[in-house]
Amino acid sequence: MDHEAQHEQHFHDPANVTNPEHAEHHVVTPAVYAMVYATLISFTILTIFAANWDMGIFNPIVALAIASTKMVIVILFFMHVKYQSNLIKMTVGAGFFTFLVLITMTLSDYMSRAWGLL
Amino acid sequence: MDNTVAAASDAPLMPNETIVHEPGEHVFVPQHRHHFETEEQQREAGSFGMWLFLLTEIMFFGGLFFAYLLYRNWYYDAFVPASNQLSIPLGGANTAILITSGFFMALAVWASEVRRKGLLVLFLILTMLFGIAFIGIKGVEWHAEWKEGHVPGAGYDIADFVNPKAHGINNEKPLQPDMAQRTQLFFFLYFGMTGMHAVHMIIGLGVLIWLTLRARRGDFTAGYVAPIENFALYWHFVDIVWLFLFPLLYLINRHPLVH
Repeated sequence: MDHEAQHEQHFHDPANVTNPEHAEHHVVTPAVYAMVYATLISFTILTIFAANWDMGIFNPIVALAIASTKMVIVILFFMHVKYQSNLIKMTVGAGFFTFLVLITMTLSDYMSRAWGLL
Repeated sequence: MDNTVAAASDAPLMPNETIVHEPGEHVFVPQHRHHFETEEQQREAGSFGMWLFLLTEIMFFGGLFFAYLLYRNWYYDAFVPASNQLSIPLGGANTAILITSGFFMALAVWASEVRRKGLLVLFLILTMLFGIAFIGIKGVEWHAEWKEGHVPGAGYDIADFVNPKAHGINNEKPLQPDMAQRTQLFFFLYFGMTGMHAVHMIIGLGVLIWLTLRARRGDFTAGYVAPIENFALYWHFVDIVWLFLFPLLYLINRHPLVH
């Protein structure tokens, strides 16, 4: 069999062609985007109100909680991760997990440096 | 092939319409490269690659956020009055403008998926206009900070923080000169983080011009959505960075001297 004919035959691995793991292309409607938009604007107003209200040590915690909620909403709907395959979901999750590990380990270093010296 | 976007015709799809193919029907999708088994495998590989790039971006901005976290804890007394010099109306308006820009980008992906060329071009231009408005307001803020002497290394002036009352700032405690110097760290991080964020937006605006020109040619309204979709991932990521920058830089402690 010459090269040309071999190419024509175009062998498929059936496991790849069936690919049950690959998500279908899900079209998110403008109505969903509009709800996400309204939610994000509301949370922006909420975070400004929360900052003006003295909650002691809870101010930065509330500010970060609101920002993280907005982030998750953007990732799930604007960035379509809710409708993606498990591979993409795992990739996104692994990225944020790695980031948190790095933050935790670096902070533990800074926090423990002066231990035993004071 | 259970691909709802690929189709042989160029006709616009109705919002809820999907294209159904007979089993075994040969569907030729122009964007499908031969080294992918199916078009959806190609699309997933593209999204996967884009996400890997965005994860490197998380690590890049993560370093800046970590520096902020550490210095905020060390020099909190300097970070509070420095942060209070920023304008909440301008920062808040910019947050809303950026969310609006992201909303139009999301709608652009939809327009590409349902093959409305006019709408796609319109949404891309709206995304761009709101992006430019964001940069413009940021420029106004930077200019004001330059005039106040709040740019580290360029005539930085600690007077506002050592003697706030003499400079018309009535709700801040005066700082000792050594702590007042630490306000430079806040503004260094402020310019570094908002500056890197703005660089990302300017790169995005450049890509948007190119995508809009191609969209006008009809490249993305015949089933080939991937470039619009992957650019949207980038644009939304840049949004997310700002969603954290706004509360962390502008809203550290907005109720000083109340208690």
